[in-house]
Amino acid sequence: MRSDPEITPGLVAEHGLTPEDFERVKEILGREPTFTELGIFSVMWSEHCSYKSSKIHLQKLPTSGPAIVQGPGENAGIVDIGDGMVAVFKMESHNHPSFIEPYQGAATGVGGILRDIFTMGARCIASMDSLRFGPLDQPRNRYLVEGVVAGIAGYGNCMGVPTVGGEMFFDESYNGNPLVNVFNLGIARGDQIFLGRAGGVGNPVIYVGSKTGRDGIHGATMASEEFDETSAERRPTVQVGDPFTEKLLMEACLELFKTDYVVGIQDMGAAGLTCSTCEMASRGDAGVEIDLGKVPQREEGMVPYELMLSESQERMLIVAHKGTEGKVLEIFRKWDLEAEIIGVVTDDRMMRVRLGDEILAEIPAHPLAEEGPVCDRPYARPEGQDELQRLDLEAIGLPDDFGDVLLRLLASPGIARKDWVWGQYDHMVRINTVVLPGSDASVIRVPGSEKKGIALSSDCNPLHCWLDPREGGKAAVAEAARNVVCAGARPLAITNCLNFGNPERPDIMWQFVEAVEGLGEACRALGTPVTGGNVSFYNETLGTGVMPTPTVGMVGLLDDVFRHMTQWFRNEGDLVLLLGENREELGGTEYLRVVHGLKKGLPPRIDLEFEKRIQEFTMAVIGAGLVSSAHDCSEGGLAVALAESCLSGPDAPLGARVELRDDVRPDALLFGETQSRIVFSVPAETLEDMQARASVQSLPLAVIGTVGGGSLRVTAGSARIDIDLDAMNAAWRESFAANFRK
Amino acid sequence: MKFGVIVFPGSNCDHDCYHVIKHTLGQECRFLWHREKSLGDVDTVVVPGGFAHGDYLRSGAIARFSPIMAAVADFAGRGGPVLGICNGFQVLLEAGLLPGAMLRNRDLKFICRYVRLRAENTDTPFTRLMKPGQVLHIPIAHNEGNWFADAGTLEEMERNGQIVFRYCDEAGEVTDASNPNGALGNVAGITSRGGNVLGMMPHPERCAEAILGGEDGRLIFESLIEHLQSHAVPG
Repeated sequence: MRSDPEITPGLVAEHGLTPEDFERVKEILGREPTFTELGIFSVMWSEHCSYKSSKIHLQKLPTSGPAIVQGPGENAGIVDIGDGMVAVFKMESHNHPSFIEPYQGAATGVGGILRDIFTMGARCIASMDSLRFGPLDQPRNRYLVEGVVAGIAGYGNCMGVPTVGGEMFFDESYNGNPLVNVFNLGIARGDQIFLGRAGGVGNPVIYVGSKTGRDGIHGATMASEEFDETSAERRPTVQVGDPFTEKLLMEACLELFKTDYVVGIQDMGAAGLTCSTCEMASRGDAGVEIDLGKVPQREEGMVPYELMLSESQERMLIVAHKGTEGKVLEIFRKWDLEAEIIGVVTDDRMMRVRLGDEILAEIPAHPLAEEGPVCDRPYARPEGQDELQRLDLEAIGLPDDFGDVLLRLLASPGIARKDWVWGQYDHMVRINTVVLPGSDASVIRVPGSEKKGIALSSDCNPLHCWLDPREGGKAAVAEAARNVVCAGARPLAITNCLNFGNPERPDIMWQFVEAVEGLGEACRALGTPVTGGNVSFYNETLGTGVMPTPTVGMVGLLDDVFRHMTQWFRNEGDLVLLLGENREELGGTEYLRVVHGLKKGLPPRIDLEFEKRIQEFTMAVIGAGLVSSAHDCSEGGLAVALAESCLSGPDAPLGARVELRDDVRPDALLFGETQSRIVFSVPAETLEDMQARASVQSLPLAVIGTVGGGSLRVTAGSARIDIDLDAMNAAWRESFAANFRK
Repeated sequence: MKFGVIVFPGSNCDHDCYHVIKHTLGQECRFLWHREKSLGDVDTVVVPGGFAHGDYLRSGAIARFSPIMAAVADFAGRGGPVLGICNGFQVLLEAGLLPGAMLRNRDLKFICRYVRLRAENTDTPFTRLMKPGQVLHIPIAHNEGNWFADAGTLEEMERNGQIVFRYCDEAGEVTDASNPNGALGNVAGITSRGGNVLGMMPHPERCAEAILGGEDGRLIFESLIEHLQSHAVPG
């Protein structure tokens, strides 16, 4: 006979519930909870599942628009892409598990996001990953990078879902807390979308996928706490991925979705059976009753508490129409998967868990899923923020050798070419990848459509966010949009992953509130609503938090994928044009960080109205076929953007001759990170048309040089860069991989 | 012509091959589930890339036992053309339809990128439209493509013209630097003794349309189609 521990205040506290939370639990139940129920409330009301610290702020984000089919609240967001098709996408974090066990942590992060997408009826067609680590000179960080990249590769490659892009950033603040944010996008027919809701009294509740084991118990709770010296002891709470089973699960689900058997379906992710049963019941305004005795189990002697809290991977919960259950089971068994009827839909809005005749939990589903604690946490601008933002340019000397600065920037791990990373990902499988990793945005053709394409970019400059979270938040959206625009796409919508430290600290909460305000402002200005995402707090170890990192995943649409654009120069003799203004903005630049060792100043300001016009212009000139290349200026500024345009193409590099005449100190002109700038190369014959269009729009468009020659030569006032293409290429192409040959 | 594309649990490039054969090249094509015992009336068989049965053990080690593989062996024995790509090549090695074995890549990492191949033998059903020594630009994506055979086997294969593709540089030179995975003799593709079974690590289906950045892969499928037009497989 099972003997559950007694519910004591100590046990309640261990479950992360405050005395007030516990009172609320008793109020909802009208009695004391059982041990199993305490576990259920604990995970559902954890920060990770309940969004208790973020909820009131996330409500300020725009979530609707003409293209939005499904906003936040389901497994993933959905946008209309025309022709009766929709794109389903979302980004999620798997930060805490990846620190403890990088390969499995990252792998199961990929597994989780893929399930979120295909559970809605979509075939997954493209992933991205946004990764943050401590500096690579520390062996522990190299170990984490190698493990995380291999984990993403191991899972995604085996699933046959291409990983087509992403980004990486390195800073000491991630030493104890790397960030692993994974994005996936799938394509479905607009009339074949499946939601995570139960309905129809008497309909069967079916468990499919892997067996349930003891792995991952309290994973969601772990993701809601800071780390300390004992964190490595939590390896058993990290789940182990089985991409082959997930591949079978995806194929079986997609086969099932061609039938009309399904009422609702939900992935068992964080908080496993608990979350899927109560959320499906709550969303469907129904009850769900399950019998744990029928759950396929990997280990013997698992108690109900463990079964309900397990985060074993590769599992789904399906509500099917009564009478079709035999056919549903047949499909999953054809694919060698577990499939068992474990329960039934009821009309009493309760989540009821039994073991045979014994009732272990009986909780009103809606209050459990939706009425968790909400905290309006205090927030305050940190005292040191003014000092952080103070930058005395007078005290910063000009470098002696600007060419050497460019080489150092090109070799810095944030900027250097990352084919060491994406070369480990199968980025071409399913043969839709039109623009491979290595341009501003990756471009995917939409399978089943004659001409449509999708451009993807993930962006966030954490240093800018740290110095000014509101401006950084705005810029993350603007840069992501600019990147997809440079690929020839119209930005449609974003998903996000908001990675912050401990929200119980007012200074961290201030970063969060400011960043969300910035994101919202930019999303409204650029017409790209938020379709969902994920909040990851407690990215702290021993009181040191990460830089605020609100990662944005942007989805853009190309009506004609054959008219996509890339960032590299293509023709000798093309003119080099700069759209936008060069301002004296050095705060928060890679240049200050790499060359002067300074992480200070105000990051570049962004005028969103101007940004919008820059983007509209760029879409128009690419659509009209006027340009040969388009490249956003970001980390490392104009000089790095020019170098990347020289080097990043699939063919031999092309040089350029550039002259900058602005009255701005030369290091700011070359390496400043002023927003809203795009470098074009254009054939001479389209210049007049470009200029006429810019003039009508009152947009600054300057001819700054020509493509050609064996070097990149840039003059900016008294400063001069002239570097041989081979030398630039060596710095940019070889340096990232060299970190791992130490 | 009628193509059959085998689907193992874990095949990933089955749809890609199907797409190219059917939509790009306009041929008939059907999927063949691994539990089937017959190939039906197909003229040629493609064993596609992916991770058959997860490849947790050794690539292709479980797939070779699938019922369909007996039918593939029988078809190959009658001279039927069989094209194994990437994981399909690994499966054909495990099934004993091709000589040699695969080791993990030299750098112990998955590699996905474009490489160059030199056509070493253009007198095969899969290469007849190529010029001798022609250099192809074509992607690879694998963890275990480091092909190996003992010295005697390699020598015999070279004598028989079974080495069909080698990794090379842009100029067609076979060099260490152009060998992505450490394969013996830069070998990227081989045939059976009879020449009707080809295994290759690179993915021709990934470069058969201009929008994807290259069309060199078409040459392999088009060679095969031309071959089939003049050669019926004995029943």
